[in-house]
Amino acid sequence: MHSIPLNYYLILSAVIFLIGSIGVLARRNAIIIFMCIELMLNAVNLTLVGFSRFFGDQAGQIMVLMVMTVAAAEAAVGLAIVLSLFRNKQTVYLDEVNLMKW
Amino acid sequence: MNLELVLFTILGALAIGSAIGVIAVRSPISAAMSLVVHFIALAGLYLTLNAMFMAAIQVLVYAGAIMVLVVFVIMLLNLGSEEKLRERFTSRQGVGITMSILLGAAIVFTITRVAFNAPGEGGLPSGGSVQAIGKALFVDYVYPFEMVSLILLAAVVGAVVLAKRHVE
Repeated sequence: MHSIPLNYYLILSAVIFLIGSIGVLARRNAIIIFMCIELMLNAVNLTLVGFSRFFGDQAGQIMVLMVMTVAAAEAAVGLAIVLSLFRNKQTVYLDEVNLMKW
Repeated sequence: MNLELVLFTILGALAIGSAIGVIAVRSPISAAMSLVVHFIALAGLYLTLNAMFMAAIQVLVYAGAIMVLVVFVIMLLNLGSEEKLRERFTSRQGVGITMSILLGAAIVFTITRVAFNAPGEGGLPSGGSVQAIGKALFVDYVYPFEMVSLILLAAVVGAVVLAKRHVE
């Protein structure tokens, strides 16, 4: 029935999550960091759909719907923050923003 | 080597390659285009998992709505120039990359140690259809579904408050 083992999906998802976390930690551009967070959310979604398929339970796919809603909300709020940051500081590079750094 | 495995390999390579493209390219608009390719490859992977509705929603919501919003903001801020996007490689980034690789190694190590035996072997053949998802969403998970609407309301209010120009 399942010709592809579940582990393949889990490892693929772990690799995508790893790439996303490297992007978050290594890039400076706030919009690219934002896109890397979307990458990490999608890696988790792939894990959830994989488990949902292999355990025959729909709860995983409902969870993916919730994650997608949170990602959409995060997109709206995150981009509004970037917009207001650019308006106040004329930059989107996070190492030039040090208002809350001690 | 069956067709399903070939499809998985192609889509997985496409997903990883475009994910590397997102973090490697300098221009934000190229990163956004690479991310769209990544989302479409993931939708294909959902199809190999029999999650048809998830694949459709993935393309509609992620590759459609969210990426249009991202590209819109990139264009609005006029982040095109290549010189301004030069990245400096600092020790902080080195530490971050090392930590990420350690985390990824730990995850892969754990996954390969655990053997998942699927109890739902052929349990729900149409588990990803619109009918099945709709029934689960509106019957079994109707309260979480309603809670999600509160998140969306909070996001709408937050986006308006954050993005509006302050009048003194």
